[in-house]
Amino acid sequence: MKILVFVKRVPATTARIRVADGLRMDPEGVEFVLNPYDEFAVEEALRRKEAAGGDATVTAITLGPPEAQKELRTVLAMGADEAILLTHSDAAFLDAEATAQVLAEQAEQRGPWDLVFFGKQAVDRDQHGVGPSVATRLGMPCLSEIVELEIADGKATARREVEGASETLEAPLPCAFTCQKGLNEPRYASLKGIMAAKRKPLETVQVDLPPAKVEVVELAPPPPRPPGRIVGEGAAAVPELVRALREEAKVL
Amino acid sequence: MAAAKDQERAGRAQAGPDVIEEIRRSVRALCANFPGAYWRERDRARAYPTEFVKALTDAGFLAILVPEEFGGSGLGVAAAVAVLEEIHRNGGNGAACHAQMYIMGTILRHGSAAQKRRWLPGIASGALRLQAFAVTEPESGTDTLGLRTTAVRDGDRYLINGQKVWTSRAEHSDLMLLLARTTPREEAATRTEGLSVFLVDMREAVGRGLTVRPIRTMLNHATTELFFDDLSVPAEALIGEEGKGFRYILDGMNAERILIAAECIGDARWFVDRATEYARERVVFDRPIGQNQGIQFPLARAYAATEAADLMVARAAAMFDAGEPCGKEANMAKLLASEASWQAADMCIQTHGGYGFAEEYDVERKFRETRLYQVAPVSTNLILAYLAEHVLGLPRSY
Ligand SMILES: Cc1cc2nc3c(=O)[nH]c(=O)nc-3n(C[C@H](O)[C@H](O)[C@H](O)COP(=O)(O)OP(=O)(O)OC[C@H]3O[C@@H](n4cnc5c(N)ncnc54)[C@H](O)[C@@H]3O)c2cc1C
Repeated sequence: MKILVFVKRVPATTARIRVADGLRMDPEGVEFVLNPYDEFAVEEALRRKEAAGGDATVTAITLGPPEAQKELRTVLAMGADEAILLTHSDAAFLDAEATAQVLAEQAEQRGPWDLVFFGKQAVDRDQHGVGPSVATRLGMPCLSEIVELEIADGKATARREVEGASETLEAPLPCAFTCQKGLNEPRYASLKGIMAAKRKPLETVQVDLPPAKVEVVELAPPPPRPPGRIVGEGAAAVPELVRALREEAKVL
Repeated sequence: MAAAKDQERAGRAQAGPDVIEEIRRSVRALCANFPGAYWRERDRARAYPTEFVKALTDAGFLAILVPEEFGGSGLGVAAAVAVLEEIHRNGGNGAACHAQMYIMGTILRHGSAAQKRRWLPGIASGALRLQAFAVTEPESGTDTLGLRTTAVRDGDRYLINGQKVWTSRAEHSDLMLLLARTTPREEAATRTEGLSVFLVDMREAVGRGLTVRPIRTMLNHATTELFFDDLSVPAEALIGEEGKGFRYILDGMNAERILIAAECIGDARWFVDRATEYARERVVFDRPIGQNQGIQFPLARAYAATEAADLMVARAAAMFDAGEPCGKEANMAKLLASEASWQAADMCIQTHGGYGFAEEYDVERKFRETRLYQVAPVSTNLILAYLAEHVLGLPRSY
C-alpha cells in the first residue's frame, strides 16, 4: 500500500504577523511549524500504514521554501518513510490552483497511490483549495474535512460534521481525504524516530511555478477591534444587553 | 573508563542543532498533553506523575544518554539538557524522573561488562527504573565522607546497616544506587577511600531489611527516608572496586549538575514568559502594569540573568560532551541557573500580585519547585566552597 501525505510549512498560530510591503507577510522573527491540520493527516497516514503492515509506505510531500526541510524532518521523525521537497523561493505566494498543479504533477509521476491525505486547510492562507484540487487532478474521489475514517473491502467510509448535522460518505479506493481536528490524536516524535529520521531519504526538487490565477492585491492587518461598550450595571443592564445582542450583534 | 568515554563521545557527534531542535519540538508536543491542571492535581495529592513519566519513557527520552548498543540513543548531555529544559519551560517537572537519565552513568563508567549487559538494556527500555540515589544521611548531611551506613562483606554477600534521608523516588524505583562505608574511616588508606557503591534491587530489598518511609515536603517530590537493618545484597551488587565509591560518585556529579541547571533554565524561562504575558495584559490605573518600569525592570533583569546562566549551561554541556574536564563549569552552571530561576520566580510572583498565590496560576507551585535547586542535589555553599578551593586556590574551609 502506497500512502501519500501533503504537508505545508506555515507560521505558528501564535506568531505576531506583520505585513511587509502591503502584499506579503514579513517572515522576520516568525516561528514556522507544520500546519496543524496536516498533523492529523500525517497521523492518519501513519495509522493506515501500521494497520496495513507489510510493505506499506508513507511518503510526505511539500511545496515550499528550502527551510521546509525542517517540517519534513518532523514528519519523518513521526514515522513517514520518505519525503519530497518541491522548492521554489516564491512558493508561498502561489494560489491554491497553481500549487495543486505543481503538487499533482509530481504526485502523478511517483504514483499510483492508494490513499492520499491532506490537512483540511493551511492556517496561513486558509484557502481550503489544494486538497480537493489535487484529488481532482489525480482522478480520485475526495472526502473532505473528515473526523472519522474506516477503510475496508476496497472502500472508504468517512464521517464529517456539517452545519447542524453529521454526514457519512463512502467512496471507492484509491481515495483522497482532507483531515479535520477530531479525526485522531497526532503523535509526537519519539527519540528513536528523531534519530532514524536522519537516515531516511529526503529528496529536493527545484520546480517551476505556473502563473497564479489569483493575485494578491493587498494584504492588511485586520482593523483594531472597537472597544467594548458598557451597557449598564447589575440586573438593570440585562434588557439592554439582550436587545443589543439580538438587534446589533444578531447572535441571539 | 577510556573506552566508555570514547563510546559516549562517538554517539554524541550525532546530536547536531537540527536533532536538538527536533527533540525540543517533540518534548513540547508531549508536554502539551500534561497541562497545568495535571500538575496541580498531582501536586495537591502529592502524587507521583506516573502518566507523564510513562509518556517520556515510551518516547525514549529517558534513555537519551544510554549508548545505542544497550538500547538507548547514545546522545550527549547537550541533548539531555534540551529535554529537561523543555519540560520545565512548559510548566512540567522533570525531577520525577530526571535521575533515570543519569544515575546509570555510574554503571556505564564503572560497572563490569556483565553488569552493563545485565542492567543497561532494561534501564534503556524503562522496564527497570533506576532513579533512586541514596547518599545523604541524617547525621552527616553535606559531609558525604562522614556517612555512617555500613556494608560488611559476609561470604558472597554484603550486610548493610544504617540510615539514609532524602532518597527521592525510592518508592518508584526497581533499582537504587547506594553509597555505603566498607572500610572504617580510621582504617581507610586516604581521606576519600573506604566508601563503596552498590546497586540494590529494591524489589528484593524492601521488607527484607530495607524500610522506606515517605517524607512529605513543601513540593511534590516523592522523597523518602530509608532504614537498613541487616539488608543482605549479593556481592555482584558492588559496582567497580571496593573502597573507590566516593570517586565514582564524583565522576557522575558533573552530568547531574548540568542537567539540574537545565531544569532551572526551563523554570526561569517559564517564569519570564508568564510574567511578561501577565504584565502585558493586566490593566491597573488604566494601563498595563508592564508599562511601569517598576514591573519591567525586574523582568528584564531576570531575563538577562537567565540568558547568562544558559550560556554557562551550554558551555559546560559542550565541554562534557567533548570529554573535557568541566567541574568548574558544571558547578557554575548549577549555581548561576538555580539563582536565575529563583530570581525569576520571585519576580513572577511579585508581577502577579495576589494572583501569584492562587493555585490556578501555577506560579506558586513552580515557585515552590524551583526553590529546591539551591539546596539539592548540592547546596549553594558547597559549590562556592568548591570554586574557592579548587579554582581560586584558597584554603579548604570545611
Ligand atoms: C526534596 C529533596 C530531595 C533530595 N533528594 C536526594 C536524593 O535523591 N539523594 C540524596 O542523597 N540526597 C537528596 N537530597 C539531599 C540534599 O542533597 C541535601 O539536603 C543537601 O545536600 C544538604 O544536606 P543537608 O540537608 O543535610 O544540609 P546540611 O549539610 O545540614 O547543611 C545545612 C546548611 O548548611 C550549609 N553548610 C553545611 N556545611 C557548610 C560549610 N562547611 N560551609 C558553608 N555552609 C555549609 C549548607 O550549605 C546548608 O545551607 C534531597 C533533598 C531534598 C530537600
